Amino acid sequence: MFAVQAENLQKVYPVAIKEPGWQGTLRHFLRRTYTIIEAVKGVSFHIEPGEVVGFLGPNGAGKTTTLKMLTGLIHPSGGKVEVAGHIPYRRQEAFLHKITLVMGQKQQLIWDLPAADSLKINAAVYNIPEAESRRRIGELTEMLSLQGKLNQPVRKLSLGERMKAELMAALLHEPQVLFLDEPTLGLDVNAQVAVREFLREYNRRTGATILLTSHYMADITELCDRVIVIHQGQLIYDGNLDSLIERFAPYREVQVELAHPLSPDKINQPDFFRAYGEVESVNGQSVRFLVRRSQLTGAIGKIIADLDILDLTITDPPVEEIIGRVFQTGSSDFSPKVG
Amino acid sequence: MRFFRIITTLLSVYYAYMVEYRAELIFWVLSGSLPIILMGIWTQAASSGEFGLSSIDFARYFIAVFFVRQLNVVWVIWEFEKEVVEGKLSPKLLQPLDPGWHHLLSHTAERGARIPFIIGLVLLFFTLYPEAAWFPSLPNFLLALFVAILGFFLRFLIQYTFAMFSFWMERATAIEQFWFLLYLFLSGMVAPLEVFPDRVREIIMWTPFPYFIHFPAALLVGLPENVGRGLLVMFIWSAIIFVCNRWLWRRGLRHYSGMGA
Repeated sequence: MFAVQAENLQKVYPVAIKEPGWQGTLRHFLRRTYTIIEAVKGVSFHIEPGEVVGFLGPNGAGKTTTLKMLTGLIHPSGGKVEVAGHIPYRRQEAFLHKITLVMGQKQQLIWDLPAADSLKINAAVYNIPEAESRRRIGELTEMLSLQGKLNQPVRKLSLGERMKAELMAALLHEPQVLFLDEPTLGLDVNAQVAVREFLREYNRRTGATILLTSHYMADITELCDRVIVIHQGQLIYDGNLDSLIERFAPYREVQVELAHPLSPDKINQPDFFRAYGEVESVNGQSVRFLVRRSQLTGAIGKIIADLDILDLTITDPPVEEIIGRVFQTGSSDFSPKVG
Repeated sequence: MRFFRIITTLLSVYYAYMVEYRAELIFWVLSGSLPIILMGIWTQAASSGEFGLSSIDFARYFIAVFFVRQLNVVWVIWEFEKEVVEGKLSPKLLQPLDPGWHHLLSHTAERGARIPFIIGLVLLFFTLYPEAAWFPSLPNFLLALFVAILGFFLRFLIQYTFAMFSFWMERATAIEQFWFLLYLFLSGMVAPLEVFPDRVREIIMWTPFPYFIHFPAALLVGLPENVGRGLLVMFIWSAIIFVCNRWLWRRGLRHYSGMGA
């Protein structure tokens, strides 16, 4: 049985349209017109128990709408969805015990009270015995390094501490399926690392399934082997992160440090570097090329033979850049014009 | 057992939450002083002897109204509307507990935090106006208290039902604001129903309004009331509104888009 299964999942909703200005306002008051937004257009995928999957897409791609359907917050307009063996929108008690949703921008903790009070409510609502809830709180406090923070009012906690406390509240009932929507949003680098490490450890300890959206690529590269990419409500990629990089960026970046600065006439000669690859930039003695992976060995050999160089480094282009290109093209047919 | 634990936990946490607002509570209690102002007007008017109630009767009635009104203050529609419009309902929908319990028990806990202030103000009133002081008999007091609590539940249920329209409307509070106008006049808050014409009063007694304020206040003061009919009408309205509430809740959830969440 899959932990998450979506078949041809769709969501459409009407949105009122208003023209600017007085006329538009009057028309909007007298006769409101609506347009139908197709937020999710037939998305299908499934996730095995224990998998950690990155859910990527630009703003407005339909990620959060999909997560809302998977958690039962909203009803799908079409298609089938099943999470942990349940139809989410029925919101059966057994289902709600098995899942959680953490939203970076929305909080469940009571703002003016210590997080310990909200945890007490969650323990009662999820029917976790007192001793067991104390054990879990202790364990999560240690994993999240929240010692001494649970008795302070939530409003007095830093953003990072608050996010960790939110995670704690969301995980107290030990859900089997975690939906995380931008869990590191707005956190500083240290807090991001701490949250990531916690999620990795939680997944290892409990075998929970995690579906994660994030605009921080480090969250994805460090936690997820598999990514699902949606664009304008449609699924455009589902597979291994390495394959995504291979497919969407079939080139590597070669940086060469020359022994001597290039003369201006060579820099201005368009064909001078073409034999090695596509020039990204020339900065004094430093030159960056993009070289197709299949032509890498030949190009490096030529560079070493032809040029007087001090240093040479070969790297993959940053994942952010690759994903950005995927979003820009909006399809899996992207093929860079390199070499 | 689980349900009992949820109730006691929510009550204790929301009581702690309300105590955080102890300074604001004094102002909230004072903001319910309209009956005290109306008392001044009616005790003056009663001196003409046209209303069948004496000045002291009016003074006692309005202090009882003040007390009962403090017990049935409800604001659930403002909170629920905000939750729906801003998507803050989502975290509560993810828990295996109807969100209504959070609202009901936060109101109940607030009553606990408010009571000391209410008692203080009533005692202050009796000190300043000792002629109006009275002690209702224990059975009358308990019956009035019971009815006032039922009145609170009914008022909560009705406002929570209006709140369900937040799923379709941007500002469901507008319904409550209109309803409040009827509530103000028909509940006995502005004037005791004894001063209404008999036929009008008879019709009003079949609506839910008098049971929020007039009915418990009159029992507290010792005015003659048909207790059996009162309880029956309250029960019937509660049942009707409860069914509507659950129907709207189920329909509304289909409409919910979890905006911003």
